[in-house]
Amino acid sequence: MNIQEMILNLQKHWAGQNCIIMQAYDVEKGAGTMSPMTLLRSLGPEPWNVAYVEPSRRPADGRYGDNPNRLYQHHQFQVIMKPSPDNIQELYLNSLINLGIDPKKHDIRFVEDNWENPTLGASGLGWEVWLDGMEITQFTYFQQIGGLEASPVSVELTYGIERLASYIQDKENVFDLEWTDGVTVRDIFYQPEYEHSKYTFEASNTAMLFELFSTYEKEAKATMEKGLVFPSYDYVLKCSHVFNLLDAKGVISVTERTGYIKRVRTLAREIAKAYVTERERLGFPMLKDQEVK
Amino acid sequence: MAKDVLFEIGLEELPARFIDQAEKELKKNTADWLDDSRIKYDSIISYSTPRRLSLFISGVSDSQISVKEEVKGPAEKIAKDKEGNWSKAAEGFTRGQGKTVEDIYIKEIKGTPYIFVEKHIEGKQTAEILPGFKDIILSLTFGKNMRWGKESIRYARPIRWVAALHGEKVIPMEIAGVRAGNITYGHRFLGDKITLTSPKVYEEALLENYVIADAQKREERIVKQIKKQEEKQNIQVPIDEDLLAEVKNLVEYPTVFIGAFDPSFLSLPPEVLITSMKEHQRYFPVKSSSGKLLPRFVGVRNGDSYELDTVVRGNEKVLHARLQDARFFYEEDQKQTIDFYVNKLERVVFQEKLGTYEDKVERIVHITKALTKLLGLDKKASESAIRAAEICKFDLVTNMVNEFTELQGVIGEKYALLYGESEQTARAIREHYMPLHANGQLPRTLAGSIVSVADKLDTIAGCISVGLVPSGSQDPYALRRQAAGILKILDDNNWNISLEQLLEIAIALFKEEDRSAAWREDVLSFFRHRAQVILKDAGLEQDVIQAVLHAEIGVFQYSAKKAKVLSEKRACPKFKPVQEALVRVINIANKTELAQIDPMLFNTDSEKVLYEKYLTVKDQYANFNDKMEAERALEAIGELTEEIHDFFEHNMVMADEEELKNNRLALMNSIAILIKSYADLSKIEWKQTF
Repeated sequence: MNIQEMILNLQKHWAGQNCIIMQAYDVEKGAGTMSPMTLLRSLGPEPWNVAYVEPSRRPADGRYGDNPNRLYQHHQFQVIMKPSPDNIQELYLNSLINLGIDPKKHDIRFVEDNWENPTLGASGLGWEVWLDGMEITQFTYFQQIGGLEASPVSVELTYGIERLASYIQDKENVFDLEWTDGVTVRDIFYQPEYEHSKYTFEASNTAMLFELFSTYEKEAKATMEKGLVFPSYDYVLKCSHVFNLLDAKGVISVTERTGYIKRVRTLAREIAKAYVTERERLGFPMLKDQEVK
Repeated sequence: MAKDVLFEIGLEELPARFIDQAEKELKKNTADWLDDSRIKYDSIISYSTPRRLSLFISGVSDSQISVKEEVKGPAEKIAKDKEGNWSKAAEGFTRGQGKTVEDIYIKEIKGTPYIFVEKHIEGKQTAEILPGFKDIILSLTFGKNMRWGKESIRYARPIRWVAALHGEKVIPMEIAGVRAGNITYGHRFLGDKITLTSPKVYEEALLENYVIADAQKREERIVKQIKKQEEKQNIQVPIDEDLLAEVKNLVEYPTVFIGAFDPSFLSLPPEVLITSMKEHQRYFPVKSSSGKLLPRFVGVRNGDSYELDTVVRGNEKVLHARLQDARFFYEEDQKQTIDFYVNKLERVVFQEKLGTYEDKVERIVHITKALTKLLGLDKKASESAIRAAEICKFDLVTNMVNEFTELQGVIGEKYALLYGESEQTARAIREHYMPLHANGQLPRTLAGSIVSVADKLDTIAGCISVGLVPSGSQDPYALRRQAAGILKILDDNNWNISLEQLLEIAIALFKEEDRSAAWREDVLSFFRHRAQVILKDAGLEQDVIQAVLHAEIGVFQYSAKKAKVLSEKRACPKFKPVQEALVRVINIANKTELAQIDPMLFNTDSEKVLYEKYLTVKDQYANFNDKMEAERALEAIGELTEEIHDFFEHNMVMADEEELKNNRLALMNSIAILIKSYADLSKIEWKQTF
């Protein structure tokens, strides 16, 4: 099964569970969790079920396209269900069966793994799911988001697309994976992998990036003060990406580093609060009448 | 009639590390609950797997034991009127208890007679009590709890089903939206939904559905299969107990398999291979019959042997990718120099208020230099210790330690050797983290011991200076273990350095500002407390410990020896006169601070003799003291016994003449100071019996 079929398959499976099939969010981010479709929407009492593919950029993991396992940008398939359904493990395992993975022929396990992202004031408990010893999915019950208690609790499933594909297609090197028939990951992503690595580690304009960070941060704050939650959050994401670029290049000293993370965290927390306040002001429109009672 | 009872809590996969403890707690809390509820039973068997915690209780009686209860009423004088008839109060009391005045009897409590009745409390039906098991479920404690869905309960993982049977009947109860029933579930992929007809069938029914509910049996199955492979393949699989305990709790139906990896990876340090296998993948490393690491591993599958080859191939692929990563890091790391990494330490924070690792290393070097001087080391030994201090943290910023954090120090040693550092220095990098746990191995090299002490002193003084004092179970920087480590290393090397002296060196490196006011005292009292705990753990008693530590910890291992000597003497009849004499001196010296003796003022023979003896003893004592010979030092002081007894027999210390009195007090006090420099013997509860 090629990657394209895998994605279609997962979309179909989760659409069948009443998930909204969303598209990737158009601002650079390090993980699917950071999409507002997850981070903001998992806050507050409104039910929310969504699934989407998220290209995730991790500048520090760039390897010039040389490493068989590490990428500047990889893909996550992200599922959020709020409140977490009672049979979520079965729903998840069925999605694997749909991908052609027969659990009887394999060893599938839920191994404790607790997740924490201090920058986003977020934490959760759950597992990494092992398929014959390989971690293929991060399975997390959110406990806290943006410093606020998650209630009801959302469950987040994050499939590592390339990981899973390398198993399904039995390939050693991520670049050999077939995206669709006759087209490999190498064909699509080798050049950007090489160029982004070169850019991140060598060519980027450090002074400009520092300036961008301050500019984006200012704009995030100013926008927040006007009560515009989503635009403000976009700028937080931009701050975070610029920070990752600077950090990967090794130009942020320790003292600065803690300072930067703190600044992003403060913003993210304020936005989380503002989002809930705004939804409340709107009367939590996605709450069905009977659920309000 | 008695029936069996079954309880099963069905959960999403529990963290392996919680399971053993939870099973134990479940069994104990249930037994206590049944006892408190006066419900008799024959036995309790507990079970646990990643997905369930359960109990089979056999022969549970159908009702609580009925009891007689004695109920106390008013005092007799109130219960009877003047004529001796039962008063209104007595009638009211008996009526309230469902009794009549006929049932009254009288008993005295502390000399006052009271009226009593005996009440019969009929035992309730067990069936009425059993739904109370809900509270047992809620009483279990886990390291970390979570919420899920819309439930407000916090538990280790979501509760998905509860099976509760009393005989053939379901025990009605509900928890976290789950209603108890007679349904359980077999292995996720190999088993089915199971309807339990009675508690007795539980273990067998699960086994048919590929669940070995008894954790012990799972462990035995793993060990047995490993042994079989050892014989078949002529290999050795050393079984790490912790890993075995974890693996058995990751599976419901274990099947052992053997995989292989490319032999070229054997060029990586064995620690890297072992960590990849054990820590990351939960495999058991494999050795040849001669003890050499082989390119193979033993894994445990959660299931049967169906399509086992697929599972083996998958696992091999994962390990291959991990080792490939490790090799990449290993090769990348070697492209840089040690200096490159040392410089990079300025980018790593040790603790927010205590600066970076660069700052820390600077302090470690400083303490190391001071130590080499105190120990009077020669140039070569000093140099290798100081070099070790300078580079002791360099590996923290290598790719390898970034990926395999548990290999800090180990990687440092490997790389240091590759970079041409001396063997002493290289080994010291690894050893300076020792001891790794309470009874862990101590550094073997001199450089390793010195840097280890320096690093730990700095961590302790630093952390306490910014208020990170361990309390209760909170000790994130493991300061207690590190303090114990320092004391053990000092002892192991028999260094003649007092702890106060060491702490002063470390403390002096921190600026006073921004530190909590009493931090110096906090550091000292933290150590004093650790020293007491260690001596107590060594079987010494509190009074003896207080006696030797009364002023300072001093040279710890010497204090420990003194404590040992004293705890023997404490119950030794021969020592009684000595102890009496010495304690008497200490007690009388409490009245003064004078210590200036004028020999011209002595006017009796006995005080002159005592004074002269004191001068000789003082020298002898100092000699033994320097050599830290605890027994002989005490014997030296003991030489004064006869003279002291003589002195008290023939002299009044509190003489009328002021000059004479003060001179005698000064003599007493000088001797007391000598004794107390050994130990404050007046703090000991002597137990010499005859």
